[in-house]
Amino acid sequence: MFRYTKLSFLREIAVWIVALALLSPFYLLVANAFKSFEQVSMNPISPPTEYKFDNFIAVLTSQDVAPVFLGLLNSAISTTIGVLILIFLGSTTAYVLSRKASRLSNFAYYGILVGIIVPAQLAIVPIFVGARALGLLGNIWGLGVIFGLTLLPLAVFLYGGFVRNLPTDYEEAAFIDGSSRWKTFIKIVFPLLSPATGTVAIMGGLIMWNDFFTPLIFLNGSQSPTINLVISYWASQGVVTEWNKVFALLILAMIPITFLYLVFQKKFIQGFSGGIKS
Amino acid sequence: MAPRVREDENRSEPGGPLSSVKSNGKKKVSKNTGKKLVQFGSWWWALPGLAVVLAVHYIATGYGAAYAFTNFTGLGDFQWIGLDNFARLTQDPEVLGSISNTFVLGILYFLVVNILGLGFALALNRTLKTRYLLRVVLFLPVVLSSLAVSYIWKFIFEPTGPLNNILASLGLPGDTLWLADSKTALWTVLTVMIWQHIGIPMVIFLAGLALVPQELEEAAAIDGASAFSRFRLITLPLIQPAIAISTTLSLVSGLRVFDQVRALTGGGPYGASETLSSVVYKYTFEYSDYGYGASLATVFAIVLAAAAAIQLFITRDRSAK
Repeated sequence: MFRYTKLSFLREIAVWIVALALLSPFYLLVANAFKSFEQVSMNPISPPTEYKFDNFIAVLTSQDVAPVFLGLLNSAISTTIGVLILIFLGSTTAYVLSRKASRLSNFAYYGILVGIIVPAQLAIVPIFVGARALGLLGNIWGLGVIFGLTLLPLAVFLYGGFVRNLPTDYEEAAFIDGSSRWKTFIKIVFPLLSPATGTVAIMGGLIMWNDFFTPLIFLNGSQSPTINLVISYWASQGVVTEWNKVFALLILAMIPITFLYLVFQKKFIQGFSGGIKS
Repeated sequence: MAPRVREDENRSEPGGPLSSVKSNGKKKVSKNTGKKLVQFGSWWWALPGLAVVLAVHYIATGYGAAYAFTNFTGLGDFQWIGLDNFARLTQDPEVLGSISNTFVLGILYFLVVNILGLGFALALNRTLKTRYLLRVVLFLPVVLSSLAVSYIWKFIFEPTGPLNNILASLGLPGDTLWLADSKTALWTVLTVMIWQHIGIPMVIFLAGLALVPQELEEAAAIDGASAFSRFRLITLPLIQPAIAISTTLSLVSGLRVFDQVRALTGGGPYGASETLSSVVYKYTFEYSDYGYGASLATVFAIVLAAAAAIQLFITRDRSAK
């Protein structure tokens, strides 16, 4: 019944037409990144007459606004710190709370998960005041720490679900062989958790890398912007936006995440569709 | 408290209710681990994580709610002013407008993105030869920064941008100031939100559809059930868990919209596209009116929690029948 018929072929064509129409903004992004400012204003839709990298060079070498490389580097640093915190605290916390079958550990586990639902908006002002007192403002390392701490409940949730379905055989064997608890965790459990670690790194990293609100608050006016702050500086500069340059910048900013997505697309999609299938 | 804990129980399984069918068998393994024989880590390993969540999520949220009853400006002393901030926001047309905008965006986003996502999922489910490629391509916008995506669309909506160009070439009036007209500003935000996120419900529904047994549909088809009644009577009930997840996620994320507003319209013109999250930002961090900002954040938090609770109640009720 689910054979590939002529009708399926027509459906395939129709879906592609819809998909290409839907993705046409990407055509505009690429086409206009290669045009001059005049061409963009006169012919916003037509393809570029020649492919010159002037806009990319202008964006990359500009001195007057936030440098692109610094933005990419800062985003990479803060995301890495945040993800490392999520992996370290998330795996240990979720492992202990999911393996201990006491009422207290269950209570603590669900208490952490409630943090996923609690809206961040209420907590952000006290965190801001606290971060200011600790000197974490305007500082890319501080941003990474804030990322890691605020997203921890999500990491505990992703690890916890995985640990609960993980057989205890290996740990029991290690215990019988006289391995210490910490050694068992590092050498045996943590490697077994790697599918969950991958999901935590991808979901947590994606949220951090793409976040605009948190860096806007915690890095405001500092000399170390993330890539999203660099984009917002460029796009809100001057009376008339130079879209050709902004688009060159957007392409540069999208390249790293698009590359990672194409390499790990299954993992990305699984993360969003809610399944950690090992 | 009790229903919330139960709801978390569902979430604790990988993949939530979607994969619960598969994981039931394995779950018994972890049930008999309470024995003292083997020690799984030490209890104090959980302390740093617990301390972080307690401080960052519980105590900070509590403090944030407390600020709502003060005239705190971010620095120095403040007074307790009771419900003054809340009284002020009920008189503030900009805030009231932002609340109604938040609801309009949240509800329309939630409806449209799920319907389109389901449509694409049904179109991509089975048969199509290029379905994996289509899935990858259609999901791409989801992984990009919504700020970056919003700027592409800001260009499209410019007075002399591509949209007006196309409209003019079709003989339609091509002079609408989409972003600066109070009648259209909010719709530009909604368009960008939907465009970027169709992929999320699509992949959730695809995961749900993958669990619908093919034989069931075939049997119904042989018995003469039409495509529509097969969808309504077989597919729809079986993808109920996917519907619950997708609608809850999209309702809450729709109500939270910030980046798109900030990039496209800045909340303008004259507050016409302001939302709760954008006014919370404005009053707290631009005007340093922390007390008032906190009262807005409290309203926002209540709206989000209520939306999630209502949504979960509705979807739970249906699956129980």
